[in-house]
Amino acid sequence: MEEGALTLDVRRLVGRWTLRAASHAGRFTYLIIDMVRGLAEWRIWLPRTFEQAMSIGYGSLFIVLLVAGFAGAVTSLQAGYQFTGSVPLYIYGTVITESIILELGPVLTGLILAGRIGARYAAELGSMRVTEQIDALESLGRSPVTHLILPRVLAGLLTVPALTMLANIVGFLSGWLAAKSSISITNADFIYGARYYFRPFDLWYSMIKAVFFAASMTTIPCYIGYYTQQGAEGVGRSTTVAVVASSVTILCLDTVLAQLLLHT
Amino acid sequence: MIELKHISKRFVDSVVLDDVSLDVHDGETVALLGPSGVGKSVTLKMINGLLRPDSGDVIVDGLHVPALGRRELAELRAGIGYVFQYGALFDSMNVHDNVRLGITDEKHYEDEDYCAARVSECLRLVNLNPDVGGKFPAELSGGMKKRVGIARAIAGKPRYLLYDEPTSGLDPMNADVIDTLVERLQSELGVTSVVVSHDVRGSFRVADRVALLWQGRIRAVGTPEEILASRDSAVQQFLERDLEMAVIQAETGEHRAHGA
Repeated sequence: MEEGALTLDVRRLVGRWTLRAASHAGRFTYLIIDMVRGLAEWRIWLPRTFEQAMSIGYGSLFIVLLVAGFAGAVTSLQAGYQFTGSVPLYIYGTVITESIILELGPVLTGLILAGRIGARYAAELGSMRVTEQIDALESLGRSPVTHLILPRVLAGLLTVPALTMLANIVGFLSGWLAAKSSISITNADFIYGARYYFRPFDLWYSMIKAVFFAASMTTIPCYIGYYTQQGAEGVGRSTTVAVVASSVTILCLDTVLAQLLLHT
Repeated sequence: MIELKHISKRFVDSVVLDDVSLDVHDGETVALLGPSGVGKSVTLKMINGLLRPDSGDVIVDGLHVPALGRRELAELRAGIGYVFQYGALFDSMNVHDNVRLGITDEKHYEDEDYCAARVSECLRLVNLNPDVGGKFPAELSGGMKKRVGIARAIAGKPRYLLYDEPTSGLDPMNADVIDTLVERLQSELGVTSVVVSHDVRGSFRVADRVALLWQGRIRAVGTPEEILASRDSAVQQFLERDLEMAVIQAETGEHRAHGA
């Protein structure tokens, strides 16, 4: 009897989760379709996109560059600790450059911005939902997706790759400086190593990752914030879920893109 | 004309509306009364398609609202002004831009001169000085926010006005100001209005007809006089409760006046 009840509970749970997942998938797809439709209304989203881009770009610049600077320096110091005496010095240039461009630059920037931008977008849209501002926009015959979500997503797609590129540059420079001070590598050796294994595709790969990360760190929090329920508590919950979901998605995308684009 | 035909709505396990039918004739003001959580706002949101009924139909101007597509719904909404319970003003915009957003005709919306004139006119209509246009919602009192919300709702020259608890959260004096405003807009603009409220006195003052929503159903419909004369136990219970509140408010007001 007890076993039967347990089976029933598990079935019910699985059924509920399946329905919830299907509902999220449907609503998320519908949101994406709405965004694509909204592209035609460029007079509405274009000025708002620039406003958002300026806001998240300037606002995130300091923290992104700070983290990239430390990441470059630490990579350099750890490489010195592990390889000193066992590999030629120019290899440090290779290790630091490739680590920053292929992984640390885009992923660290992505994770920081997922926290910063993701939390902000989910909280803003969530607050607008619970204070009926989104309903008000709809009641005026205007599309909340075109007015609120599309500019935020496009602003992310514009600024995140730019910030990632700046993070790559700062990470590379700080790694170079740290290598010079810790293992006394010459500029010529470092540059030789940096160029030896460098392929222009590496930069493209970094940018492709940044674009995918930007899409996930904007669309997911916007979606979660847009469908917020239950007042202030709901806004808090949406913000947390948005940051966790977009961070996990970034890590998953990182693995998938490495497998797809770096597979030899 | 607005027609609600046998609409029902359920949220998770609770039935909010159960077979509700109501007609609102052109030029008429109908007050939808009832205790909190009885589905008044849900009903109002169904009229302009913010929510869909699980069953039944909502017909506005002969259009079946639940069946409308995105574009048709946007066109219909352009003709319906909606006043939200707490104003629902956009925090990031000043009062002028908030009211301007209510101008639903895109040609007019792009015309700066027209917008400036229309926004000033709407602010004056709700007894606000046009100078308030530069302020942000956070700088306004509750009553002012409601009035700006009404100004935004009328900016697009709607044929219908839907008020969701226009006096809730306001002191009796400000509530009176809003009721006067609703009455005046009705006579000046000649719109068809639905006022959702649990304030009996205010509703009786502004409405041509009153409908009492009770436990998910329309319990009584009629002129204020007919509702007052009703022998229905639910109607009497609701009216008595409001009367008690009115006495308490009056007494509290007297105490404060004496204390001062």
